[in-house]
Amino acid sequence: MATELPRKQVAIVGVGWSGGIIASELAKEGYECIGLERGSERKINDFIMQKDELRYAIRYELMQDLSKETLTFRNDQDMLALPMRQMGSFLLGTDLGGAGIHWNGQCPRFYPYDFEIRTQTIDNYGEDRIPDDMPLQDWGISYDDMEEYFAKFDETIGTSGEDNEMTAPRSTEFPTPPMKQTRSMKMFAEAADSLGLHPYISASANLSEAYTNPDGKTINQCMYCSFCERFGCDYQAKSDPLITVIPTALETGNFEVRTHSNVREIAYDGNQTDGVYFTDTRTGEDYFQPADVVILTSYVMNNTRLLLQSGIGDPYDPENETGVIGKNYCYQVMASAQGFFDEQFNLYAGAGALGGQVDDYNADNFDHSDLDFLHGGTIQLTQTGIRPIATNPVPPGTPTWGKEFKEASAHYFYRTLSLGSQGASLPYRYNYLDLDPTYTDSHGDPLLRMTYNFTEQDRNLAAHQSARLTEILEEMGANEVVSNPDIGDYNIMPYQTTHNTGGVIMGSDSETSAVNNYLQMWDCENLFVVGASAFPHNSGYNPTPTVGALSYRAAEGILSYLEDPRPLAE
Amino acid sequence: MAEENNQSGMTRRDFLKNSGLVVGGVVGGGILGSLLTNSFTDDTSPATDTEGDQTDQTGGDEQLTKARMFFKRQEDFRVLSAAVERIFPDDETGPGAIALAVPFFIDKQLAGEYGFNSREYMEGPFHEGAPTQGPQTGMRRREVFLYGVSRIQDIAQDQFGEAFFDLDGEQQDEILGHFQNAEVDMTGVTADAFFTMLRQATLEGVYADPVYGGNLNMDGWRIKKYPGGQMAFFDVIEADEFVEMEPISLHAHHT
Repeated sequence: MATELPRKQVAIVGVGWSGGIIASELAKEGYECIGLERGSERKINDFIMQKDELRYAIRYELMQDLSKETLTFRNDQDMLALPMRQMGSFLLGTDLGGAGIHWNGQCPRFYPYDFEIRTQTIDNYGEDRIPDDMPLQDWGISYDDMEEYFAKFDETIGTSGEDNEMTAPRSTEFPTPPMKQTRSMKMFAEAADSLGLHPYISASANLSEAYTNPDGKTINQCMYCSFCERFGCDYQAKSDPLITVIPTALETGNFEVRTHSNVREIAYDGNQTDGVYFTDTRTGEDYFQPADVVILTSYVMNNTRLLLQSGIGDPYDPENETGVIGKNYCYQVMASAQGFFDEQFNLYAGAGALGGQVDDYNADNFDHSDLDFLHGGTIQLTQTGIRPIATNPVPPGTPTWGKEFKEASAHYFYRTLSLGSQGASLPYRYNYLDLDPTYTDSHGDPLLRMTYNFTEQDRNLAAHQSARLTEILEEMGANEVVSNPDIGDYNIMPYQTTHNTGGVIMGSDSETSAVNNYLQMWDCENLFVVGASAFPHNSGYNPTPTVGALSYRAAEGILSYLEDPRPLAE
Repeated sequence: MAEENNQSGMTRRDFLKNSGLVVGGVVGGGILGSLLTNSFTDDTSPATDTEGDQTDQTGGDEQLTKARMFFKRQEDFRVLSAAVERIFPDDETGPGAIALAVPFFIDKQLAGEYGFNSREYMEGPFHEGAPTQGPQTGMRRREVFLYGVSRIQDIAQDQFGEAFFDLDGEQQDEILGHFQNAEVDMTGVTADAFFTMLRQATLEGVYADPVYGGNLNMDGWRIKKYPGGQMAFFDVIEADEFVEMEPISLHAHHT
């Protein structure tokens, strides 16, 4: 029997970027919020002098403990889904701050095209261009209406960057100037320029200079120490929830974080929620936390899983194309190319979001009339800082072990530059999330089941981007360029990116979406589901700023709802 | 070809002494301020001779960690050592896996979380699965390594009538190649999966921080001119020429 706790106005499930943003906005307005975080507490001192590749980058110190909970995976419905036993393709965060701690800090904004992708695709190319099995949807809100929330997120985190004619328009300047340029970034920019493209320095949450945000929180200047990706920042120079929104919320006195609290079910009477059931992971004791409003901010996987487990919203059925929960799971279509050079670059140095970028082949920035895919992807040369266990570049034909491998991997360690494209991931009828019929977590609750593969659209997009990457590397003067134009089937083991999206998507129609444009559930008006789970598709970009913007949008909606409870959209 | 400069590495203490220059106006508040205070305290303590420790890592206590925590049989450990030395051999590029203490690194790893797959999902039912579904074996790494090493020894005896560690390099490579190409029968795990694990563990032992028992004296890092966990590259990041520096390990930062 669950012990009932004192009622709160707002219960927030999961305290990372989204949970932290919403907590700070609500707590500042005087609302009593509790954040239920299933992981441990974390402090910024946890990240001081942790420059340890094996522990963090290889053994995933900051990531979810899969022995307690994972998901199952299959490429299609004919396969038996099996557990993701080890972390690989994507790295699920855990503990206070969530994946907002180990992110790289890439800060692009999604395009106006993204928010109205169905309408604009039809306008520009005709409805025939959208395949029958691609449930491509508008997001129920325009970029113009989202822009103020993007600006708000930039202000909170202090984004460093510069304008570019190929990126989404901005109403405000970048809070801080762009990051420094490395030699490889300059070579990239020169090559891109001579190919008629429009290079710029990537927008970054590793800050070019110290910055104090409107809440009075300071983010320090980046030292380019290279321990960003998969690490917490040594210097509080990478914006994360622990140095911004979480302390902002806590300092109001209206926000309480309860760690080790694994929410397993949302109470639901068929109309509204009255709170959440959780288990204290230290004692195994069950609790009920009553709340007037419940916010799910527990990442794509857990947002979807909690709704399915709680019977809220209609589960998506790919056969009949009915229901919404689990629909439009999307990812990111990655392409990459490596160039081998004579000279050595200082590649040990870097920052998570340090890079040069071009978007001439992203979104609808280029004509798709004669192409066999929609959308596109950003192209980047990043200098995140290479590390010796994970980085062993060798030219094709080199053995993978022994003397020759040893020599080549040492020789090319600083002589290899990689370019990557993050391609948009458009929805496919048979790519979706539901509950696994066999495998369970350590509580005995069913695991989430992912059914996902790359589509024809994805393969064509990747091949196109791969050719563009090769052109740029050749222009940069590489002696030899290696790329992989055929991405094959999606494989859950090799690391690709932690840009999982969809499952609880937003829109203007309750038949085809789970939440409205304030991320309020159509089927449960006092439940808001926030995060990249709301994306109806994934753009050719990193998702975090769009998650941040949607979180601010949701916070505005929640405040309005707390004043006057009602459906915020019809 | 870019000219190679030499620049001495910067420890945490050096960095903090200079951080007023690098971080500009932000020092004095928050965590950087408290770090400065700590480092000031460190300066008054006698146990902060980090430069000396860095150059003395093969002496003294370091050697006492070269002992087995996991492999019970000397024979198994000798097979493992011979195998990792073929994967990462001693040559003019630099020391090989044995000189870098990689076998002891692997032994220590297998004795702990890594060997028990502690943070991985190990519940059944178990099925082979498609290659896109990742490893599906229910065997833990400690079992896989013991089993794999014994299979290496079996094949050496069958094919050449001698212990694996007594064969010459070419013969050893031939046997490892059989594993890499999945030409050896194994139950519960495939030979190529074991080989992939062995290769990866070898590279980890060569390049992980010396705190784990491999990469002895940071000589693995020196093969790649990797500078280790430096405090900052603020002054190097824009350099056009390659800048080489002495590596720094966690030892310099944590003691």
